[in-house]
Amino acid sequence: MPQLDFSNPLMLSKLVWLLIIFGLLYFVLKNYALPQVAAVLDERAARIAADLDAARDAQAAGEAAMAELRAATAAARSEAQAAVASAIAEANAKATAEAEAINRRLDAQVAEAESRVRAARDSAMGALREVALDTTQAMLGRLRVHAPANDVAAAVDRAAGGRG
Amino acid sequence: MAVEGKAIDALSQFELGTTFGPIGRAVGFTHSNLHMLIAGGLIVALMIYGMRPRAMVPGRLQSVAESAYGFIDDMLLAQVGPEGRRFFPFVFTLFMFILFGNMLGLFPYAFTYTSHISLTFTLAMLVFVLITVVAIALHGTKFFGYFFPEGAPLWLAPIIIPVEIVSYLSRPVSLSIRLFANMVAGHVMLKVFATFVVMLGALGTLGPVLSIMPLAINVALVGFEVLVAFLQAYVFAILTCIYLHDAVHLH
Repeated sequence: MPQLDFSNPLMLSKLVWLLIIFGLLYFVLKNYALPQVAAVLDERAARIAADLDAARDAQAAGEAAMAELRAATAAARSEAQAAVASAIAEANAKATAEAEAINRRLDAQVAEAESRVRAARDSAMGALREVALDTTQAMLGRLRVHAPANDVAAAVDRAAGGRG
Repeated sequence: MAVEGKAIDALSQFELGTTFGPIGRAVGFTHSNLHMLIAGGLIVALMIYGMRPRAMVPGRLQSVAESAYGFIDDMLLAQVGPEGRRFFPFVFTLFMFILFGNMLGLFPYAFTYTSHISLTFTLAMLVFVLITVVAIALHGTKFFGYFFPEGAPLWLAPIIIPVEIVSYLSRPVSLSIRLFANMVAGHVMLKVFATFVVMLGALGTLGPVLSIMPLAINVALVGFEVLVAFLQAYVFAILTCIYLHDAVHLH
């Protein structure tokens, strides 16, 4: 087996060259190649982390905007409901006021009409006494009954008053 | 192991020879070293040229370079912890050097430098010296407590201490023999079955038909050897990580 032929002088020189080449490879990798790889990997990791942060921020901003929108919608809705309620109340008040005004006018007219009716009735009642008196005197005159005018008037008043 | 006299010569592939003409002969620069240079060049090319784009989204070559980096980085982090970062360049160099040596050896006419026990043992000794120096530098004389676990009954010391010392000293041996034996076995098998193909092919009319069988075996073996090449580099690296863990944490 050539591997076990340790008398071969190439065996030792091979190992010396091995150490030289291995050491050189170690030196080059350690000082030039590997730091470059590490830099690229770190850069990528940092970029990914930054992108993730940005995405997280964007998500938070979106959620905040959504909440704001929801709050604004709720505020607008409650405002609209308040406006509707106040409009209804205003309209109701107006309608009530108008109705009251009309009622007042009608009441006044009714009262006026009633007073007119009352005056007419009073005047009619007054006329009725005179008619009754005239009629009584006329009837007494036909009957040739002579009665003092005052007594006749009192009697007519009594009769009229008795009926109210 | 050379079966049937001169017919099957599976071992000459491991013979050392010099390269680069008289200059190489003068300084003892062997084929083995040439392949180390090629492997080192390929590793440096992969890690420097492959990473040249420095792309945010890596291309093919950059992905390979980054995967290799991440593979060893994760391994060290899992086995040793954050303190293992200091040893990353060493473990990475070791892993890539063995992996590329194993893979390079699968090419025709290539020399498999990891098939030499002297080389694997040298690499294992590098690891052994490193873990011992790290353990003593970090823990001082407490390092020797490693050979006698705390809480063990004192009367067991005459048994435990020799066993622990032998197991500690056998680390570079097992590390180097595992890699060496795997590579030698694989290459001997490839060579033996390749020789069968040639021998059967020269056997007249039926020969070429029969020679398909060892050829098929060889095709399967190459695939298997690719797996072994990666696996042995992985085993060497992960055992180094485990030893480093022991050195850093002492159990």
